[in-house]
Amino acid sequence: MTQPVSPPRDDTPKLSSKAEPSPWRAVVARADVRTLSLLGVLAVLILIGGITKPDEFLDTRNLQLVLTQASVIGVVTVGMTFVIISGGIDLSVGAIVALASVWATTVATQDFGFTGVLFTAVLVGVGCGLVNGVLIAYGAMVPFIATLAMLASARGLALQITDGNTQVVTIDGILDLGERDSYILGVPPLVLMFAVVTIIGWLVLNRTTFGRRTVAVGGNAEATRLAGIDVRRQRLYLYLLSGLCCGIAAFMLIILSGSGQNTNGNLYELDAIAAAIIGGTLLTGGRGTIVGSVLGVLIFTTITNIFALNNLQSDVQQIAKGAIIVAAVLVQRRTANTT
Amino acid sequence: MAPEPPLLTMSGITKSFPGVRALDGVDLDVLTGEVHCLLGQNGAGKSTLIKVLAGAHQPDDGAIGWRGEQVTLRSPIAAMRLGIATIYQELDLVEGLSVAENVYLGHEPTSAGFVVRGKDARASTAALLKRLGHPEIDPGRLVGELSAAHQQIVSMARALSHDVRLIVMDEPSAALDPDEVDNLFRIVGDLTAEGVAVVYISHRLEEIRRIGDRVTVLKDGRAVANGLPAKSTPTREVVALMTGRNVEYVFPPRPGHQDLPEPVLEVQGLSRQGEFESLDLTLRPGEIVGLAGLVGSGRSEILETIYGARKPSTGQVRVDGKQLRPGSVRAAVAAGLGLAPEERKAQALLMLESVTRNVSVSSMSRFSYGGWVDRSAERDAARKATRELSLRPDNPSALIRTLSGGNQQKAVLARWLLRGCRVLLLDEPTRGVDVGARAELYAVIRRLADEGLAVLMVSSEVPEVLGLADRVLVLREGRVVHRAPAQELDEHRVLDLVMEGSPAS
Repeated sequence: MTQPVSPPRDDTPKLSSKAEPSPWRAVVARADVRTLSLLGVLAVLILIGGITKPDEFLDTRNLQLVLTQASVIGVVTVGMTFVIISGGIDLSVGAIVALASVWATTVATQDFGFTGVLFTAVLVGVGCGLVNGVLIAYGAMVPFIATLAMLASARGLALQITDGNTQVVTIDGILDLGERDSYILGVPPLVLMFAVVTIIGWLVLNRTTFGRRTVAVGGNAEATRLAGIDVRRQRLYLYLLSGLCCGIAAFMLIILSGSGQNTNGNLYELDAIAAAIIGGTLLTGGRGTIVGSVLGVLIFTTITNIFALNNLQSDVQQIAKGAIIVAAVLVQRRTANTT
Repeated sequence: MAPEPPLLTMSGITKSFPGVRALDGVDLDVLTGEVHCLLGQNGAGKSTLIKVLAGAHQPDDGAIGWRGEQVTLRSPIAAMRLGIATIYQELDLVEGLSVAENVYLGHEPTSAGFVVRGKDARASTAALLKRLGHPEIDPGRLVGELSAAHQQIVSMARALSHDVRLIVMDEPSAALDPDEVDNLFRIVGDLTAEGVAVVYISHRLEEIRRIGDRVTVLKDGRAVANGLPAKSTPTREVVALMTGRNVEYVFPPRPGHQDLPEPVLEVQGLSRQGEFESLDLTLRPGEIVGLAGLVGSGRSEILETIYGARKPSTGQVRVDGKQLRPGSVRAAVAAGLGLAPEERKAQALLMLESVTRNVSVSSMSRFSYGGWVDRSAERDAARKATRELSLRPDNPSALIRTLSGGNQQKAVLARWLLRGCRVLLLDEPTRGVDVGARAELYAVIRRLADEGLAVLMVSSEVPEVLGLADRVLVLREGRVVHRAPAQELDEHRVLDLVMEGSPAS
């Protein structure tokens, strides 16, 4: 083997030499800044809640309630986070939750008992995700349009199934899960389900090839395709995953409300997107964290709770939410620029 | 020159960004009616300097004089009002608007202050295009439908639609064919004859010799030479100023193969409607084959079709005698092909990610068990591959976007090395790579070939193809017009061939 002329080595970028000792730490530190600032916001909120309504807010029952409320939207947000990291969007999550919750609570479905309801909810979710995914990945439809169409159709179908009526659940096994007696060490089963989904979501995003591909597709789909990865199949899987999360959330909502309604999951899409965004997920794809999204959900739910305890109407809540989204994105832009 | 003061004097311009001092006390003076060339490697500070001049960046320190008066260029509009227009390399045109709408974007001729007089805009756009030697461009057409060369003309028309005294051109010839470059030079000549000054940025020394009056050389954010005579300064001296070295290109020696093994890649009768026709090609392990041709000769299309990123109209690609599924990148990658594409940032790199993740992306199955990634194995393998190519910095967690162009390219090569790729397709391998770093990249490519890779490369720089490849196929309008060992060709011969008998410039 011939040894070529000794090549010059003068193309080392000037920037990196300074960061040489521990760039890993720099990366970790930056991630931490984002997470810590979200934790800080949450701490401030808890402080505000504790000061304004010391007895009610810090009451165990209230905290259980907050976490339970966060759980349903939280599961949806985990799926949404994957989709947004991949550069997509899923506007149909709320509608899928509604459709899955009513389909799973029809009289016919309830004949099949607990597992019948659970499976139906999950299957409807996955089925809707499949339609989304096929349209987007193989039909080359823009995610915004495809999922907007799904939003409209799924809501319509949900209304058709219920005819606007509330479908009461009569299965004790399901109703029991919402009762105090089934709390495990004071933790409601719904919160546990949320925790499990979060942990699995974190592991999938950070420790599996599926997670890697999700980030790669969102960062640069063309480069990912040219690297030999099946981008379309990955996109299909991502919308399936979002649908699956919606199905699980629908089941949780059935437990929570003891019923299925076509108005369930109203505006979940906006809440989930907002939570992911304030959690640091780039709407353009390529970057995002499960932890950030979950903190985003907790922040929103806590605000809602504090406002409700202080007898502030939902209009004020909405305004506050909007302000928080803007503030969070502005703060993140600043930290991104200075690093 | 006339005793009048310079049109523009920039003195002691300093500009820092977090972590980098992009400009460190740069001086530049431009005379009325001259072509002042700005030379420097990537990262030398050229683009920062012209952004300061365009009002897009505010300098931290330094003074700007315009026709003898001190000025502050607070915004792009302020610069434009003075008569400074900038044509950026990444053309900043709106593809969904017509030619005339682009030309007059922001200063549309209006009635009553807001009704756009489209007819007037189109008429004066047509006049500008005629002046630029391209009367065939229809002012009513959408810019997105135009070729890159025509888009550049539109960009220039936009600059001229203002009352302009200084035009900054950032590598205007990069996307042009020789004919179009000639036209560009004619336009530059006309402009300077009218007293307009041009600041011209290019990597191509021969262009600077042809049209330049004076040269300012930047290196590491400083002006290492100011106002050198463009025509009489020896090339060696200019290159030495830019790089601190004396040679422009160093190519590794060819090993002089005797018996190469059986071909690993065979291409038969490969065609793609309107792009290239009946291409035959064999590639053996250990050899480097170069495709030479002009922009639009089908070079990149050929590589992308072999790689499966485009579907061929007819013909087939075989690896080890087995036919590849046409139009499938995954089949090509599975068979051992790898592509280092022309647009590295758009087509190869995950810019938000680390070196490791960019290198490992095509080999994830090697570090995963049931979808579970073994991250330390991944990092070790990526580090091994990048070390083999002496990628700097030697740090797998460095973010890919902090690397120089040459090292980013090495990361792409490391990706395929790690994958165990056997046929490497290189599209413009040194595009966006500093002159000083090219020789190292050439050495790396040759070494990979010596280790048994088959390399098919495409380059618009003829000396690069001739210096690096063992065999050369010359393309003209999508057809191979000549095949020969690289030693039997020289630059003039190749240029003759690609331009069909017309005298090479």
